[in-house]
Amino acid sequence: MKRSSLFVLQLLFTLLVCAFMLVPVLLSLMAGLTRNFFVGLSSGLTFDWLVQVWQAYSPTVWLSLQLALACAVCVCVVGVPAAYALVRMNNRFSRAFEELMVLPVAMPGLASALALLLTYGQFGAFRSSWLFILVGHVLFTLPFLVRPVMAVMQRQQLPVLEEAAASLGAGPIKRFFSVVVPNCRAGILAGVLMVVTLSLGEFNLTWMLHTPMTKTLPVGLADSYASARLEIASAYTLIFLLMIVPLLIALQAISARLSRGERR
Amino acid sequence: MASTPRAAWALAPAFALLLAFWLLPLAHLMLLGGQSRDSQGSGYWQVLSSAQYLGSLVQTCALAVVVTLTALVIGGISGVFLARQQFSGRSALVALLTFPLAFPGVVVGFLVILLAGRQGLFAALGLQLAGERWIFAYSLVGLFVGYLYFSIPRVILTVMAACESLDRSLEEAAHSLGAGHWRVVCDVIIPGLAPALASCGAICFATSMGAFGTAFTLGTRLNVTPVAIYNVFTNYANFAVAAALSVVLGAVTWAVLLLTRRLVKNAGTVL
Repeated sequence: MKRSSLFVLQLLFTLLVCAFMLVPVLLSLMAGLTRNFFVGLSSGLTFDWLVQVWQAYSPTVWLSLQLALACAVCVCVVGVPAAYALVRMNNRFSRAFEELMVLPVAMPGLASALALLLTYGQFGAFRSSWLFILVGHVLFTLPFLVRPVMAVMQRQQLPVLEEAAASLGAGPIKRFFSVVVPNCRAGILAGVLMVVTLSLGEFNLTWMLHTPMTKTLPVGLADSYASARLEIASAYTLIFLLMIVPLLIALQAISARLSRGERR
Repeated sequence: MASTPRAAWALAPAFALLLAFWLLPLAHLMLLGGQSRDSQGSGYWQVLSSAQYLGSLVQTCALAVVVTLTALVIGGISGVFLARQQFSGRSALVALLTFPLAFPGVVVGFLVILLAGRQGLFAALGLQLAGERWIFAYSLVGLFVGYLYFSIPRVILTVMAACESLDRSLEEAAHSLGAGHWRVVCDVIIPGLAPALASCGAICFATSMGAFGTAFTLGTRLNVTPVAIYNVFTNYANFAVAAALSVVLGAVTWAVLLLTRRLVKNAGTVL
């Protein structure tokens, strides 16, 4: 089939957009692996920058991973029951609550962080521990778990299964853990991946909430952008991308599976 | 069958969390904005009577509007194309275009520096072509490019999702009645996508209003509100003005989101 000229134009346009998205990332990869970016690729490829970054900034990587996992656990503990309640209630109150839950995401992160800092900043031990950042991350990522879990809960034959379990004598707690949670695994998994991805990259809140002892990966990135040479900053970005891109690929695979299930 | 009141208990932890760590601090912030220091009037008054703060708010809003409209046009064209056409490599293209959605603002700022900074691609290109370095990363143009970078993927995703629920027979009917490509685009496709475009635009606007990371990487001299809040807070320790600016910024953002919600009922959004 011969494509029309309109198709070719649109394809070129889209490829141009893709280039805009991709070229800076490739530049960053290249800069992180060349000996001297100023001279160019002819100066040779090296892993030295990556090693230097790892020596200087590896604590930020570990702290970010710790934060992201703790955040995922907290959001699950709080979010899955909340999603269940919101689907079950489905009244004016639950809809208002949904709006409220999304607000910390919609509002500028700096404002939320400032509010947290000015309210809880005087509690020194809490302020200087990583838990202070964790609170911010949980607030920011909560809707990203609740939404996919709600979507899965809404479309399955969950009420029927629950009724069957109830008629067999299972109490509400047992029903929740043995019927509701196993049936929402895909939604929970998609939500958790999203939460981990977002927590690893969260900066707007974290920058205000961090202390010199609690530097996360994005905070370290901002540091290196401001003070280190371009190759170090690029190598550091490369490490961040290596952490986040596998998560994104998994996320796309899962959401593709979820939307296929929707159509079935 | 769990009854509604019993199900409501499952909401308690989330509610407690939001109440303690978001609603209460926010209320505190609003009160703080009303406090005054050194007999200069309340924080709100200082913000509303200062040309500098108001200017930064106006500039931030204007930038966010321009970014949103540009992203809607670019993302709209690519999104409709990707949703409608089948060709080899399409899904790879979609994947590549949607990755940047999860990049944090700081990283986007750095990518802009690599494109248009002192040692960037455009500087080298300009040196080759015109004999001078093209550097625009550390200005509002650089900020515009950065905001565009993380807005386009969001628009593309939303438009692709919205296209799937569009009724194609309407387009075929329009074609068979003799409408040209542009007529179909203007009279059928754009009205069909309008709700999705509006709600996605509102979210792009909100993200651009609060995008601190990108502005922070590109330079703290840029006069946009998030940077202004940060400077007032860290350099002058003026909590009242910092709180008032945050509240005003949040209020403008929220008002736009709410207004769009009123205008567009039931539009699916990608957060």
